[in-house]
Amino acid sequence: MEIKLPELSLVLLIGPSGAGKSTFANKHFLPTEIISSDFCRGALTDDENDQSVSKEAFELVHFIARKRLALGKLAVIDATNVQREARAPLVAIAREYHVIPVALVFDLPDRICQERNQQRENRKLSPNLIRQQRSEMRRSLKWLDKEGFRHIAILDSPEKIDTATIRREPLWNNRKELRGPFDIIGDVHGCGDELEALLSDLGYRKVSWMTGGSGWGDEVYRHPEGRLAVFLGDMVDRGPRILDSLRIIRNMVQSGNALCVPGNHDMKFLRKLQGKNVQITHGLEKSMAEMAALPEPGNTEFKKGLMEFLHGLVSHYVLDQGRLVVAHAGMKQTMQGRGSARVRDFALYGETTGETDEFGLPVRHNWAADYKGPAMVVYGHTPVPEPVWLNHTVNIDTGCVFGGQLTALRYPEKEFVQVAAQRTWCEPVKPFRANQAQAPGLTVQQQHDDLLDAEDVMGKRFITTRLQPNITIRAENATAALETMSRFAIDPKWLIYLCPTMSPCETSTKDGYLEYPSEAFSYYRSAGVPTVVCEEKHMGSRAVVVVGKNEDTVQRRFGIQGDGAGIIYTRTGRRFFDNKKLEQELLARLVQAMDSSGFWKALQTDWACIDCELMPWSVKAQELIRAQYASVGAASQAALEASISTLKKMQCREGLEREYQAPPNSSTKPADIEELISTFEKRRDMVQAYTSAYAQYCWPVTDIEDLKLAPFHLLATEGKVHADKDHVWHLTTLGGICEADPDILQVTAYRVVETMDSESQEDAVRWWLALTEKGGEGMVVKPFQFITRGRRGPVQPAVKVRGREYLRIIYGPEYTAPQHLQRLRSRGLGVKRSLALREFALGVEALERFVRKEPLRRVHECVFGVLALESEPVDPRL
Amino acid sequence: MLFTLTNTAAPATDLGYLLHKNPNRCQVADLNFGKAYIFYPEASEKSCTAALLLDIDPVAIVRGKPGTTGGGPLAQYVNDKPYVASSFLSVAIASLYGSALQGKCPQRPDLAATRLPLTAELAVLPCRGGRNFLSELFEPLGYDLQATRHALDQRFPNWGDSVYYTVTLSKRTTVQELLAHLYVLIPVLDNDKHYYVGESEVENLLSKGAQWLAGHPLRDTIVKRYLKFRFSLARQALARLTEEEPEDTDADSCQPDGQELTLEETVSLNEERLGAVLAALRESGAGSVLDIGCGEGKLLRLLLKEKAITGIVGMDVSVRSLEIAHQKLGLDRLAGPARERIRLIHGSLLYRDSRFSGFDAATVMEVIEHLDPPRLTAFERVLFEAARPGRIILTTPNHEYNAMWPNLPAGRFRHPDHRFEWTRREFQEWAQATADRYGYSVRFVPVGREDEILGAPTQMGVFINGN
Repeated sequence: MEIKLPELSLVLLIGPSGAGKSTFANKHFLPTEIISSDFCRGALTDDENDQSVSKEAFELVHFIARKRLALGKLAVIDATNVQREARAPLVAIAREYHVIPVALVFDLPDRICQERNQQRENRKLSPNLIRQQRSEMRRSLKWLDKEGFRHIAILDSPEKIDTATIRREPLWNNRKELRGPFDIIGDVHGCGDELEALLSDLGYRKVSWMTGGSGWGDEVYRHPEGRLAVFLGDMVDRGPRILDSLRIIRNMVQSGNALCVPGNHDMKFLRKLQGKNVQITHGLEKSMAEMAALPEPGNTEFKKGLMEFLHGLVSHYVLDQGRLVVAHAGMKQTMQGRGSARVRDFALYGETTGETDEFGLPVRHNWAADYKGPAMVVYGHTPVPEPVWLNHTVNIDTGCVFGGQLTALRYPEKEFVQVAAQRTWCEPVKPFRANQAQAPGLTVQQQHDDLLDAEDVMGKRFITTRLQPNITIRAENATAALETMSRFAIDPKWLIYLCPTMSPCETSTKDGYLEYPSEAFSYYRSAGVPTVVCEEKHMGSRAVVVVGKNEDTVQRRFGIQGDGAGIIYTRTGRRFFDNKKLEQELLARLVQAMDSSGFWKALQTDWACIDCELMPWSVKAQELIRAQYASVGAASQAALEASISTLKKMQCREGLEREYQAPPNSSTKPADIEELISTFEKRRDMVQAYTSAYAQYCWPVTDIEDLKLAPFHLLATEGKVHADKDHVWHLTTLGGICEADPDILQVTAYRVVETMDSESQEDAVRWWLALTEKGGEGMVVKPFQFITRGRRGPVQPAVKVRGREYLRIIYGPEYTAPQHLQRLRSRGLGVKRSLALREFALGVEALERFVRKEPLRRVHECVFGVLALESEPVDPRL
Repeated sequence: MLFTLTNTAAPATDLGYLLHKNPNRCQVADLNFGKAYIFYPEASEKSCTAALLLDIDPVAIVRGKPGTTGGGPLAQYVNDKPYVASSFLSVAIASLYGSALQGKCPQRPDLAATRLPLTAELAVLPCRGGRNFLSELFEPLGYDLQATRHALDQRFPNWGDSVYYTVTLSKRTTVQELLAHLYVLIPVLDNDKHYYVGESEVENLLSKGAQWLAGHPLRDTIVKRYLKFRFSLARQALARLTEEEPEDTDADSCQPDGQELTLEETVSLNEERLGAVLAALRESGAGSVLDIGCGEGKLLRLLLKEKAITGIVGMDVSVRSLEIAHQKLGLDRLAGPARERIRLIHGSLLYRDSRFSGFDAATVMEVIEHLDPPRLTAFERVLFEAARPGRIILTTPNHEYNAMWPNLPAGRFRHPDHRFEWTRREFQEWAQATADRYGYSVRFVPVGREDEILGAPTQMGVFINGN
C-alpha cells in the first residue's frame, strides 16, 4: 500500500500503545521529523514514562510542531492520539499554519497490541488501558473526516504496516522548478483584443494546435524563446470577448505555454455554471450572455471543458526556486506555498478590514504594506492607475476593462509591457484613477518608507549579506544604535551607506615608529594580494556625499522632498554641516563639476553616492580641538617651560649636596638634576611637535573655497554599486570631477605598489615618509580590487599607515619617547579588523539593496547594523 | 605639573623642616602614576622655595601600570592630566608632604603651628568655572591671588583663551592650612577626579576641610564638585559640616546639563507643565497611559499616584534615562499588581512599534523639539497613524516667550539640543494639520504664566481620536 502525503503536512499517528507507531515512524521519517510525546516527557523529567507531566509534555509537542510548521517543515506526531480532544489542538495547529493534517491509523487487533506490550522491557502498561485506547480509537474512526483530516490511511494488519510505503508529493502550487522567464499578465476581464495585442507585443505567435477540443479553436499562442505566460485570474466578466479570452488562456495552459491562477470572478462564474445560486452582478451577466449565445451543438461539451479548466486552477504558484509568487489578490508570506481553504480565500479575495467605503465596496486590507518576505509577489485584483511596487510586491491590474491598460510584467527583467484599452468597456463603481491622490510625487513605496518598524532593527539580529553570509548584531549594540539613529541621524531615506571602520597596519618594530608602510605591504602579501594601491590619507573628517543632479532626481530616486539636492553626512549618519546653506553651496559646486566633466552621461546616472574626506579638520572638530587638542597643547607647553626654568634655578644654586645616600626606608631617592633637565627639554620638544601636528589640519573657514572635499570612492550610481571596479578606476573617475573645480575639490594622490617587488615598496615608503614629514596624516593601503578575497577569506578593504608626527594627536604628545613607545606597541588589531570586515560587508550590502530598489527597511537594516557594530568597544586609537 | 611653595620668613629654609625634605637635595619618589621630584630652586635665609614636580606617566594612566592587567583611570592619551594641577597633585601632596598636611613637624614641633608668609605657585591650574570662580574659592580664605591666563594657541588667536591659569596664592598662614586648601580646591577647580569617589571620600573631605569649609560661601558647590556630583555623598557631607540630619531624597543622578533647567527654574515651569498634563489626563479619564520620552520618570511618578490609571508605560530612547527612572521610581521595591501596573520600555518615536498600541492616552512632553524637522513625518505616523491612542497630550516650548528671559540671546533656543522651537502659530498650524490628516481633533492649552503679548512659556495640544 502506498500512502501519499503532501510534502508539507502534519502527520498524526493514531493508535493504542503497542500498535507499532514508533517503529513505523522511525522507518519512514527522519528522527528530527518525529515529535514523540514520550521523548518530550523525557526531555522535561529524564523519565519517558512519567505520566504526571503529560500536560507539559504535550505543550512541548505542540510548541515544536508549531515551530516546524512555521518554518515549512513536515512534522509527525508520535503519540496515541486516540482521543478526539488530543487531536483537535493538532488539527487547529495545522490550520493555523495552512498545512494539511494527515491521519495514519494503526488499527491492529487487541491481541497483538497486548502481546507487544508484554514484550516491552522498560514499560508495561495495564492491559485495560490498551483496551480502552483501542476502543476510543475505533469509536472516532468514522469521524476523522469531519475533524478536518483530508488524508486518512488505515493500516489494519501487521502486514500492511510492514509493506506500506510513503510517497511525499509536492503541493500543486509548488512549481519552484520553473525558472521562467515569465510574462505575468494582469486581470483580462474579457478584453480579448487587448489580450491579443499584448501577447503579440510580448512576442507570442499563434500556432496551430489541433488538440483543443470542441469549441476551443485550433490555435494557441506560444513564445518562440519558450517564455511562459502567467495569468493572474479574473479572465471573465465585464468585457466584450470573455469566452475568447478564456479560449486563448486555456489553450496556452493546456499546451504548456502558460500558467493560470483563478480570480474571484472566475470562481463565481464557475459556481454559476455548476448551477449554484449566485447573484448575477459585477459583470457576470456578460459572461452568462456569451454562454447563452453559444451555438447548440458542442455547447454542453464546451461547458464541461470550461468547468474542468476553471475547477483545476490552483490558488497560487511558487515559482523560480521560491523567488516568485503569483496570485490573483496577493499572497502573504506565511501562506506562500501552503494549501488550505484560507490560503485559497486569500488568493481570491485578499483580506478586508470589515469596513466599506463611500462606494459601498469592502475596504481592502493592504497586506503588501506589511509584507517582508523574500519572494517577489505579483498580483492583480484591485485596479490601480499604474503598476505599484511595494515591499517587493507589485499589483499589475491596471484596469483594462475600465478603460485603463492591460499590463504584463516581464520576469526576471522587471519590465512592464502595456496595451491601452480600446475603450472603457465597463464603468467602474469607484473611479480607480483617483486612487493615489495623497502626497503627489512620491511613489507608494516611498510613502510607505516614511515609517520604519522597530522590530526590524531592535533586539539580536542576523543580517545576510553578499560578502558575509551571516552577520550577527547583538541586542546591546542595536540598543545603542537606536538612540544614535533616533536622536542624531539624518532621514533614513538619505542614509544608504555608512562607512566601515578601518584598522591600522600591524605595529611596526622600527625604531621610533609605531606604524610603518612595510607592515601594510606584508599584510597584503601574506594574504595573497600581489598589487595594492596606496592613497594619500587626507586629515579632515570623513564625509559621505549623496547628491542628485537636481531636487527632482532626489525626489524621484530617494523619495525626499524639500531637503535640497543632496546631503553630506558623517560616519555616524549625522548631517555634516549645521549650516545648511553652506552644505547646499558646496553640493552645488560639486554638481557643477560633475556637469562640466560629463560625469552624469559617462556613468548614465542622475545621482551618486561618494565617499570623501572633508577638510579642514577644524570645520567639524572645532569644539574637540579647543577642548582637547589645543588645551593639552597650551597646558603642556606652559607646564614644561615652567618646570625647565625652575629646574635650571636649582641647577645654578651653590652648595648642593650632589652626592648623598638616601636614608634606608626613605620614600625618596636622590635624583640627578642635569639628567632631569635634559629629559624635560626633550619632553618640551615633543610637545611642540604635537602642537605643530594638529595645527596643520586647522584653518579658518570664512569662504566656501576654504573647504576642500577629497572624494576617493565612487560608491554607487543608478543601477550600479561600483564595488566591482578597482581603486585606480575610482580615483581616476573622481579625479576627472576634481579637475573641473580644483578650488574646492582635491585630488587624492596615489601609488600602485607590487607587494612582491621590493623596489616598488621602497619607493612607496619614501613617498610616505615625504608625505608624513610634511605633516600629512599618512596613507591608506588597499588591495587593487575593491573587494578581494585572500588566502583565508576576505581581506581588509583598507589598512591605514599613519605618520609618526600625526600619531602624537592619537597616542599623546610624548608617545615617541622610547619608554612609552615600547609599551604602546602591544596593541591588538583582531577585534578592529573583524569589525572592519563586517561593517564593509554591511555597507556594500546596503548600497546593493538600494540600487536594486528594495524597500527602505532592507537598506536601513544594513546601515543600522554598521552603526550598531560601531558601538562595540574597541580601542579608539586604532 | 609643577607646584612651588615659598617661605619668606627668615630663616626661610625652615620650610625644609616643615616639609621634611632637605633643601640641598634633589629627590625623586615613585608614585602610583609616575614620579615626583622635590627640589629647591631657591634656599636662602630670606627666601626658600620647595618645588614639587610631577612626572605623570601618560601611558600608565591609560593602560594601567606595567605588569598590571586592566586599564588606568583615564581613557585618553591626549590628556591634560600629566601637565596640570589635578587630583594627581592632591594625592602627591598627601603622599610626599603628608606630615605637613597633618600639621606635624617632628623635628621642630613649634614650626607647624607658626603662621608664615607663604606663597604657593601652580604653574598650570585648570579653572573650570572661570576666573571669578577661582577668586570666589580663594579670596574668602584670605589669599592674595594672582592669575595669568594662557591662550589656547598663539597661532589661532580667534580660538581664545584656555581654561588654564598660572596661579600665585599668598597668605600668612600655616603650611598645613595652605596644603589642605590646595588639596581640596584643586580637584574642585578641575572638576574631576582620577579615582573612584566613594564613601571614604567624604571622610577625606571632612578631615581636610573641617576647619574652614563650613564657613566658606561656596561650601555647597565645593562639596558637590569635590564629590563628583554624587548627590547622596554630598548631602551626607553637607549635613555633617552643618550638623543637620540628611534628608531622605532621591538617589544619585548625573549632573544636570543645565541650560534648560536654570532658564526655566525661575517659573518652576516644569512643575506647572506636569500639573497641566496631569489635569488633561484626569479630564480624559484615561486608564492606560504611554509616556513617550519619559526621561527620568517625573511624570510617571505622578501617574503612579493616580488610582484611576491602571496601566502605565514609560518609553525613552535613552537606556541610561530608563535606568535612572527605574531607580528613582523605586520599581525594585514594588511587587505584585503594583509592579505590573508600570513598565519602562526602550524604544524610539521614529520607529513604528506594536508596543505603543492600545493606550487610552499618550503624553509627549517637551520631546518633539528634539527632533530634526524632516523627521517629524515619521513621528506623526508612528504616533498618530500606527499607535493611535485615544488622546495625545503634547507639549513644546512657545518660542515667542523666550523674549522674557533676559539672559537668552534673541533667536537662540532654550536648550542646545533643541532642533526647533515653534511660535504659537507654527505649533497650532502643525497640530491642526496633523490632527486633520489622522482623524483627530485638537485644542490648545497655555501652560505657565501667560504674558499678554507673548503667551505662555509652554504650549500644549490635546488631541482626541475622532474615530
